[in-house]
Amino acid sequence: MMTRLLALISALFMLSLPALAQDGPLRIEITEGVVEPLPYAVPDFVSESAGGSEMAAQLARVVADDLTGTGLFREIPRDAFISQITSFASPVQFADWKAINAQALITGAVTVNGDQLVVKFRVYDVFAGTELGSGLQFAGTTDGWRRMAHKVSDAVYSRITGEGGYFDSRVVFVSETGPKDDRRKRLGIMDYDGANVQYLTDSSSIVLAPRFSPTGDRVLYTSYETGFPRIHIINVGNVQSTILENREGDMSFAPRFAPNGETVIYSLTQGANTDIFSMDVNSRQTSQLTSAPSIETAPSYSPDGNRIVFESDRSGTQQLYIMPTGGGEAQRISFGPGRYGTPVWSPRGDLIAFTKQNAGRFHIGVMRTDGSEERLLTASFLDEGPTWAPNGRVIMFTRETQGEAGEASLYSVDISGRNLKKVRTPGGASDPSWGPLQP
Amino acid sequence: MSRISTALMLSAALAVSACANADRFNGMGDGSNAGLNNGSLSNAPVPGSAQDPRSPAYFQQTVGDRVLFLIDQSTLTPEGRATLDGQAQWLQTNSDYLAVIEGHADEQGTREYNLALGARRASAVQQYLISKGISPSRLKFVSYGKERPIAICSEEACYAKNRRAVTIISAGLTS
Repeated sequence: MMTRLLALISALFMLSLPALAQDGPLRIEITEGVVEPLPYAVPDFVSESAGGSEMAAQLARVVADDLTGTGLFREIPRDAFISQITSFASPVQFADWKAINAQALITGAVTVNGDQLVVKFRVYDVFAGTELGSGLQFAGTTDGWRRMAHKVSDAVYSRITGEGGYFDSRVVFVSETGPKDDRRKRLGIMDYDGANVQYLTDSSSIVLAPRFSPTGDRVLYTSYETGFPRIHIINVGNVQSTILENREGDMSFAPRFAPNGETVIYSLTQGANTDIFSMDVNSRQTSQLTSAPSIETAPSYSPDGNRIVFESDRSGTQQLYIMPTGGGEAQRISFGPGRYGTPVWSPRGDLIAFTKQNAGRFHIGVMRTDGSEERLLTASFLDEGPTWAPNGRVIMFTRETQGEAGEASLYSVDISGRNLKKVRTPGGASDPSWGPLQP
Repeated sequence: MSRISTALMLSAALAVSACANADRFNGMGDGSNAGLNNGSLSNAPVPGSAQDPRSPAYFQQTVGDRVLFLIDQSTLTPEGRATLDGQAQWLQTNSDYLAVIEGHADEQGTREYNLALGARRASAVQQYLISKGISPSRLKFVSYGKERPIAICSEEACYAKNRRAVTIISAGLTS
């Protein structure tokens, strides 16, 4: 136990701050090391049109929430500011920002014209006294203002970490209401930070485990609408859903898209036996990928589409296996104590996230694709169902509390096990699926 | 031995599970669990009531509509098989009814695995009933995994009740 914990602590991915400013450009390296969040300042954006000041302030707040929410950045309170930003074009007084130890400074400007919104921003490396990258501008409508703030955050995050961002993304999940013995479930979709929740289904039948398509335009899910669990596919734009797999007498569940967005893998239960199948979404042609008397479920493709990780109890307990996309011999990759389920391949290809049950506790963990370097990121009464942020650095999952008043919530944690936090949702929530960065 | 008295003998052994079923399926009966003791069986029962041996309510409350399973198991217990013997007998006698067997799991487990586990449990019941002569065409099954607990504490006392397969009777072929 002790060694496991130590391994977890020492294996954390963390940012190590290079000698900022003096020796090189502003940079967070997301690698192993000691973490000290990077101090930054984001004054209210400058309104360059009449009536735009409220939106200018809100935009800066969302950017700050995004960046601080990563745990990699620390916002310097605005009452510490020595100088203000009143003009987007004027030169920055670097000494004033250096004096309050703001290593990064983000400035922005907003123009509102009717329902049209233009947002500009710049990022400065304060200690180097230079701009980091060049200014960017986004244009859209005012009702999409949060997305534009997230786009600013993604650009700032990318410039400072060298990694892709994940703020302008959405999460599809199961919204839960009611007591444990009469729980109502329906599909919800929201921004990654819990804003802008919309519902895709009503709660007249149980829905489970929605999964985004690679482009975020469609969602696979399991519904009991027919009285039996069946895989449905819903178009996010027009909310039209159809049943994908509807074999009389069989149950289908645990669907997931291939990276090509045209093939789906899932579990089909025939009699007592559950195996993994694939289906071409257009032709509805299926093929059986496993044929064992054990439970094979929770399949997930590698990002290159060549391999599938799944769980099976063929050894007697749930363990993780990898097989070629067309089926065939599977290699077991999980060997630690306890049982392993719900594997999900990282979009970067390097790690597999999973749910682990051991000694009466549930964990979210990650391991390399050969099963090495297992790290447990969380521990609780019931954690399950990890999903990856588009950049493969953060995992969202379901945490359910114990007892008669037990309720499910969404949590996120970064792959170091740091920055564990609850995702804001209107009520109970489970089974998140993190979609791609939006175009 | 008559069908009814056999069922009564079985039901004595099943009193625990039969009384524990205060769940959403009670709507089909009169809600009472008094079928054993009210002494009205020799009188003409109200058709469709829990005292009518041909009623789904009687099946649910007196024959016993559910069997329970050990942790992560889908093997029928001796008690479970005794209950299913009674179910098979009732289904043979009341041949115009269909049944859907619902398999369930407790909350200790991941969602997908528990769906598959619930299917194993429901299928075990289905296969047993088929082995006792019930036509497969009358039997469907569905798994709810851990989605429909009837007991909501996070302790074994509740988990034991949730690891179940419940046979739901519905009017079918001719009625």
